Amino acid sequence: MKTHRAVRTPGGLSVRLDVRALTVVVLLLLAALTASVVLIGTGDFPISAADVLRTLVGEGDAGQEFIVTELRLPRVLVGLLVGASLGLGGALFQAISRNPLGSPDVLGLGQGATAGALTVIVLFSGTADQVAVGALVGGLVTGFAIYVLAWKRGVHGYRLVLVGIGVSAIVTAVNGYLLTKSDIVDAARAVVWMTGSLDGRDWAQVWPLLALCVVLVPLVLANSRGLRMMEMGDDVSSALGVRVERVRLVLLVSAVLLTASATAAAGPVAFVALTSPQLARRLTRSPGPNLVASLCMGAALLVTADWVSQRAFGTDQLPVGVVTGVVGGVYLLWLLVTERRAGRI
Amino acid sequence: MSAGTEKDRSGKNSASSGLDDRRSTVNRLSAENVTLAYDQRVIAEQLSVEIPDNSFTVIVGPNACGKSTLLRALSRMLKPSEGRVLLDGQVIQSMPAKKVARTLGLLPQSSIAPDGITVADLVGRGRYPHQGILRQWSAEDERVVRESMTQTGVAELAERYVDELSGGQRQRVWIAMALAQQTPLLLLDEPTTYLDIQHQIDVLDLCADLHEEQGRTLVAVLHDLNHAARYATHLIALRGGKVVAQGAPKDIVTAGLVEEVFGLRCQVIDDPETGTPLIVPAARRARAAAGDRDAARKAVATGAS
Repeated sequence: MKTHRAVRTPGGLSVRLDVRALTVVVLLLLAALTASVVLIGTGDFPISAADVLRTLVGEGDAGQEFIVTELRLPRVLVGLLVGASLGLGGALFQAISRNPLGSPDVLGLGQGATAGALTVIVLFSGTADQVAVGALVGGLVTGFAIYVLAWKRGVHGYRLVLVGIGVSAIVTAVNGYLLTKSDIVDAARAVVWMTGSLDGRDWAQVWPLLALCVVLVPLVLANSRGLRMMEMGDDVSSALGVRVERVRLVLLVSAVLLTASATAAAGPVAFVALTSPQLARRLTRSPGPNLVASLCMGAALLVTADWVSQRAFGTDQLPVGVVTGVVGGVYLLWLLVTERRAGRI
Repeated sequence: MSAGTEKDRSGKNSASSGLDDRRSTVNRLSAENVTLAYDQRVIAEQLSVEIPDNSFTVIVGPNACGKSTLLRALSRMLKPSEGRVLLDGQVIQSMPAKKVARTLGLLPQSSIAPDGITVADLVGRGRYPHQGILRQWSAEDERVVRESMTQTGVAELAERYVDELSGGQRQRVWIAMALAQQTPLLLLDEPTTYLDIQHQIDVLDLCADLHEEQGRTLVAVLHDLNHAARYATHLIALRGGKVVAQGAPKDIVTAGLVEEVFGLRCQVIDDPETGTPLIVPAARRARAAAGDRDAARKAVATGAS
C-alpha cells in the first residue's frame, strides 16, 4: 500500500517519489505515444506503424514523408498539446476549487472562448487565425470575470463554481444570440468550431501551444507543492508557510491560459478537462492534485478520442469533440451520482 | 531551553538599555494595540496581549468576544488594520512565510483531510516549511514524523486512512501534523470542540505534556472555563474585544470575574483533584432570585433619580 520511496544523495538533497504515480505517468505517456503513432498511420492512405516510426526518424519514402510530417504529425501534436493543456488546466481548477465540478467545462471558460470565436466568425468573418485569437481573448476575459466576481477575501471553492456556472449561463445566451444573427455559411463554420475538431490543424497551431506549455508547465509544477498543501484548507496551508493567495493567483492564471489557448487551437473539446484529473487520480490512488498524471491522461484521452472519431464510424468522420462529449457526459453523470452518494453535493 | 536563554537575554536588554521598544521583545509573541476587523466589522480595538514564553496560555471569553480572531491575528491569518503583532521582535507580516511557519504553528478549526490520505502522509505534510524542491524528504523529516506520531499516540494508525478514524483520533493526527512542524510556539483554535469528554481531556493532557516535557509555548482558545482553569498556566479573559483579566488561573478566577466576563452567577471552589479554581454555576432558582433583586434595585435607583 505504501508506495513512496525517498531518494537521497549524500549532499543532503532528497526527492520523494510515489512509485505507483510514476508508473501510471509512464504508462499513460506510452499510451499517448502509441495512440499517436496509430493515429498518424490512420487515414485515406493507411501507413503501418513501423513505416510511421521509420518516417518519423527520417527514413521513410518521400510520399510517406509528406503525409506524415506535413499532414498528420502536426494534427497529432496539436491533439497531444491540447489534451495535455486541458488535462493540466482541469487538474488545477479542480484542485483550487477543491471540487471535481470546478473544471473549466462547468465554469464557462469553454463558452467564453466560444463567444470570442463566434464574435470573430459572425461579426467579422475573420480568418482561422483571427478566430483563434478571438477564442483566446474570450477565454481570458471570462476567466478574469469569474475571478473578479468570485473574489472575496480569497477565492473559495463553492463560490468559484457557482459564479462560474452563472457566467457560463450568461455567455451561452450570448453565443445563442450570435448564432441566430449569423448567415448560414458562418453558422455552419461556427457549429463545427463549437464541437471541437482537430481537422486541418498544421504547424502554425503547434508552435504557439508548444511555447506556452514550455513556459507554463514548469511554472505550474514549481508551485505544485504549495497547491498540495492547499488541499487541507487555506488556514492549514498558510500556517505551514504557503503564500496561499499568490500561489492561487499564479496557478489560476496559468490554468486559464492553458485552457483558453487549447480551446483556441481545437475548439471547446468537451469534458477532457473534467475527466482527466479524476481518471488520473483513480489510477494513481494518491491524494494531491496529480498534475503530471492528469496532463498525460489528457493527452492520451484526446489522441485516442481523435482516432475513434476518425475510425469508429466508417467513412463519416466525426469532430473529436463529439466523442469526448459522449464519453465525458456519461462520466459526468456517474460522477454526479457517486458524489451525491458520498454526500458532497 | 533556547527559549529560556532568549528570555534572559532580552530581559537584560530591557533592563540595561531602558528603551521602551525593547519591552516588546521580552516575550517572543505579542500583539500591540491591534485593531482587528473583518471588512468593516470591528471585533477588537486597541488590544494588547503578551504571550509569556514557555506558558500554556488559554484564551477564554463568551461567544463573539474575539478570542478566535485574536488567535488568527497572532498567527498572521488576519492582518490587524492597526497596530502590530510581533514575533521575536519583528512584525509578523513582514517575515518570510516559511520562516514564521518554522517558529509558530497553528491548528485551525477548519481543516480538510484530503481524500484517501494516510495518517503518515498527513503528518508528513507538517514538514513543508522545512522542505524545498531539492530537499523533499530528508531522513530528518522521516524521524520527526515518526516522533510526532508516537508523541500523539497515533503511530499504530500510520498506514490507516484519515477518513476512517474517529473524531478524537483525527484531532490527534492534526496535532501530530502541527508537531511535525517543530515550532517552539503552537497555537490551537478550540482543539476540543466536537469531541466527547474523554477525548477532550485526552487532547488537553497531550497539550499539557507538550508544554511541560518539551517546553513549547502553547496558546489555545477553549470554550470550557473549567478546562481552562485546570490546564492553563496563564489565562487571558476577553469580553467585547477587551482583556478583562490575565494571569495565573488561581490568581484571577473569581466569582466576580466570571460574572463580569460571562454574565453568569457562580461559586468558585477548589478543584478537588488539582486545587485549581472550579466554577460551579449558581442553581437556576438562585440566579432567578438574584435577577429579581437586581431588577428591584435598579427600579429603586431609577425611581430615586
